[in-house]
Amino acid sequence: MMLAKVIGNVVASAKNAELLGQKLLLLQPVTRDGTPSGRPLVAIDAVGAGVHETVYWCRGREASLAFGSNVPADASVVGIVDGITTHGAPAGGRKTGRTR
Amino acid sequence: MILGRVLGEVVATQKHPSHQGRKILLVQPVHPDDSERGDTVLALDAVDAGVGDRVLVVQEGFAAMTAAGRVQAPIDMTIIGVVDAVEML
Repeated sequence: MMLAKVIGNVVASAKNAELLGQKLLLLQPVTRDGTPSGRPLVAIDAVGAGVHETVYWCRGREASLAFGSNVPADASVVGIVDGITTHGAPAGGRKTGRTR
Repeated sequence: MILGRVLGEVVATQKHPSHQGRKILLVQPVHPDDSERGDTVLALDAVDAGVGDRVLVVQEGFAAMTAAGRVQAPIDMTIIGVVDAVEML
C-alpha cells in the first residue's frame, strides 16, 4: 500500500456496469511528509474518503478485492490516514510526525 | 521480497475491514547496506515488527494476503519477517 492525497473526483457517465455506484478518486501519491511524488492516478474508493484527505491505497489485482466482486480496478483506496506515530522519531518533516 | 526499515505506525480509523486487527506500518525500502531506496510504503504487519526494525516485506497480493491471514482482501504488502542480519559474501 502507499500514501496519497485525494486531489479530486472523477466523473464518468459511461462505464463498466460493475463500476456503477463506485466513487472514482483522483490521487496524488505523496511521501511520508506529504510531498507529491510521482504521477496522479485514479482509484476506486472503498472507505468513503474525501478531497484533501490523506489516504492509503492498494494496487494490482488485489485492489478489486476491496469490493468482493468483479469490479475491474487496479487501484483502490482502502484506508483514511488519521496520523502516523513514530514513538519519538518523526516520520516526516513535521515535528509531530503526523501526516495531516 | 524487499528489505525495509520500519519508520512508524499508521493510525487509520476508517479502513477496509480486512485490515482491522493488524498494524499498518510505514516502511522505508532500504539497500542491503541500509541506505534508503525510493519512497516509503505501507505494509500490514504479520510478525509483530516495531519501529526501527529491519524487516522483510512481500510485495505481491497472494503472498501478502496469505501472510496476513486474510484471503481475498485488498492487501498488496505484508511484513513477513524481522531481519536480524544480512551477510554480504
